Amino acid sequence: MTILTDPPGGSFRVSMLLNDTRYRSMTLQVIAALLLALALAYLYGNLASNLREAGLKISFEFLSSPAGYDINQTMIDYNSQSSNVRAAVVGVLNTLLVAFLACVTATVFGVIAGVLRLSNNWLVRKLMSVYVEVFRNIPVLIWIIIIFTIMTAVMPSPSAFRGDDPASTMLFDLFAFTNRGVYVPGPYFTRGIGGEEGAALNWLLVIAVLVGSYFATRAVSARANDTQAKTGIRPKTFWLNLGIWILPVCAVCLIMGLSWDIPELRGFNFGGGLKIGGPLIALWFALSIYTGAFIAENVRAGIQAITKGQTEAASALGLRPGRVMSLVVLPQALRVIIPPLISQYLNITKNSSLAIAVGYADITATLGGITLNQTGRAIECVLLLMLFYLVISLLISAGMNVYNNAVRLKER
Amino acid sequence: MSDTHAQSVAYVRETAIPASPAPANETGPIKWLRDNLFATWANALLTVAALYVIYLVLSSTLPWILGGIWTTSSLSECRDVLAGRVGACFSVLTERWSQLLFGFKYPPDLYWRPTLALILLFVAAAPVLFFDLPRKLLIITALYPFITYWLIWGGSVLVPIMALLGFVGAYVAYSRLVTQSFAIGFFGGIAAALVIWYLGGMITAALAPANPILTAVPSRDLGGFMLNLMLGVTCVSLSIPLGIALALGRQSSMPLIKAICVIFIEFIRGVPLITLLFVASVMLAYFFPPEANVDLFLRVVIMITMFSAAYIAEVIRGGLAALSKGQYEAADSLGLDYAQSMRLIILPQALKISIPGIVNIAVGLFKDTTLVSVISMFDLVGMIRGPILASTEWNGVYWELLGFAALLFFIVCYGISQYSQWLERRLATDHR
Repeated sequence: MTILTDPPGGSFRVSMLLNDTRYRSMTLQVIAALLLALALAYLYGNLASNLREAGLKISFEFLSSPAGYDINQTMIDYNSQSSNVRAAVVGVLNTLLVAFLACVTATVFGVIAGVLRLSNNWLVRKLMSVYVEVFRNIPVLIWIIIIFTIMTAVMPSPSAFRGDDPASTMLFDLFAFTNRGVYVPGPYFTRGIGGEEGAALNWLLVIAVLVGSYFATRAVSARANDTQAKTGIRPKTFWLNLGIWILPVCAVCLIMGLSWDIPELRGFNFGGGLKIGGPLIALWFALSIYTGAFIAENVRAGIQAITKGQTEAASALGLRPGRVMSLVVLPQALRVIIPPLISQYLNITKNSSLAIAVGYADITATLGGITLNQTGRAIECVLLLMLFYLVISLLISAGMNVYNNAVRLKER
Repeated sequence: MSDTHAQSVAYVRETAIPASPAPANETGPIKWLRDNLFATWANALLTVAALYVIYLVLSSTLPWILGGIWTTSSLSECRDVLAGRVGACFSVLTERWSQLLFGFKYPPDLYWRPTLALILLFVAAAPVLFFDLPRKLLIITALYPFITYWLIWGGSVLVPIMALLGFVGAYVAYSRLVTQSFAIGFFGGIAAALVIWYLGGMITAALAPANPILTAVPSRDLGGFMLNLMLGVTCVSLSIPLGIALALGRQSSMPLIKAICVIFIEFIRGVPLITLLFVASVMLAYFFPPEANVDLFLRVVIMITMFSAAYIAEVIRGGLAALSKGQYEAADSLGLDYAQSMRLIILPQALKISIPGIVNIAVGLFKDTTLVSVISMFDLVGMIRGPILASTEWNGVYWELLGFAALLFFIVCYGISQYSQWLERRLATDHR
């Protein structure tokens, strides 16, 4: 290596900018920066002149002016006099609601279908592959429209429930499926801590109790592990855990006087209970079964990725089949399953923007739909919309990275 | 062993017992049924449940499909003919067939043009999809975009010819200059194409005939399933080169280039396609000069291409990362420069690994072309929800139309995914 002579210094030529590796990357980056700046300046110039011509100015003042439209499904107080920004918040909450619900049910569908695709039963296996292929290969928009049509065109109208010999009856006298939405019993507290306004406070209390139960069961199993390590015998914890989960919640509910608001027919429509609108159900259910088909494939691939040697080694150690699954196969399979699962959750969140096709008031339909059309603030609305989805996506990806680092095979 | 005990054994059979047939329970269909359907009680219950589900689905759909009516001219006539019987009203498909496929504005006497373009698509795609076909067929593939543009949009034949000449000029310039350096050849080619297109634009404007051979059709008249196919094919084929460039940019050692690519990819992947379509329909026009008048179809193509390019870039990045470091080092040690090593060593292998992923993206993108119905373009879904269901004759025919749309998409997407699996087996060169 010592024979190599250094290139002669001091004699800089222009051609060296391209031909000499010491300068080339810098030259190329300067060129790229110039081109980018030119392109951005061109686009910005066009934007500025177009806006000037149309007499517009980029401003976000419209957000505080009254929205002037009604939203049929809201989780917070809202009326048509509320501001545009409040309409957007209603939309954000609705997006998060449907995304959360769809993530839960899609996981359930996907895990069931994925496990059944590996079943010994030929018929069930084939049925599940038909489910996966059919739902994966048809656009989710078509599924949303199909289920929305079922909700609006096939379900009976509330008037069908009227009369002595009604055409439709309520399921168990508790649930009413109508073309205006599904009515289910709504829980409420008669002796809640916050009075009329503090309904949310009661629910927070219930959630807090559940979280407490979770940590209590964690402590119980930690102690069971300790005992097992010391004596070799694992104490039975099932009934204790069950009690910890159920009793405190029941106690809190009893103290606060939990009761149910049963939907009933009042005049031309149902009153009472909790109304779940047709668009929400269509979106929720369609996203669940569509994404469930993808999750089923991830689950199947994850379980198949665990080599047979692992199962056999566990059996050779004398573990029973259930423990083989829970202690050996699943922990390894989850490492394969969870990253694609999280990107499916990301897809659900992004696909929930299709709400606009069935009139569910999510962020795309409120901020990107009605607000945009009424105020004509296209650029501001679309930018805010993108920003919202971008933040959600980045948060989920950040969570995924944290998880991936936590479960990564520690190579030593 | 030994024959010590030969005398102590009373009887030794000297011939083998002839093989007897297996018990009836252990052979043939009965064994198959027992193993696969009724192995355990739980399994038997599952089988019965599955049979019940199949029965439910078939008993509710089969009479409806088989009792379908194909020849009436409106839903009320269908109901008259059915007279209370269960049956589908497939007449909507026969009566609105051309609208479903071509949209409601495309001139009916010109339907042969998109049809011919579709047939040519198969010819053009064949040599790309199946490597055994003669390579000369790739000439048709190369000419296909220009022929199809002329067929579908019509107008002056000079437009596609000038576009083609630009590419030919670029290729000639590139192959002349590439002997000096790849960069010079590359930028020389681009410059040659731009010069030819600029001159060609002036020539076309001057020579455009008043009555072209093929009548011009504006792109807002496109619709139906044709629109889905056009968007899908155009955007996928445009986004592959862009995706490769982005993936290479993301791997680059130049921080600025890398940052641009990362921001672009992560931004596009973080937002739903529908917001990008909003950009195309309400926002993008602000970024073009007022006189440019870029039509909605082109704006949508730009946004969908950017969208799928970001996803394809991530797939290709996976392929690049899957190559062992030895390949990069081997290319360097042969003395190849960056362009040569990428073109000759890295990309051929990385792309091969990425093909299944790219096909998945393509299928997803093709399904996502239905979203353009949200920004009031009349693709297949837009046609169904708009003009057809709103018409007085067919108001209320949901299942026939939605089922037809679902079936069309299923056929195309399932076909592509089967092709992808075949290709994966075909390309598997490792012996596992």
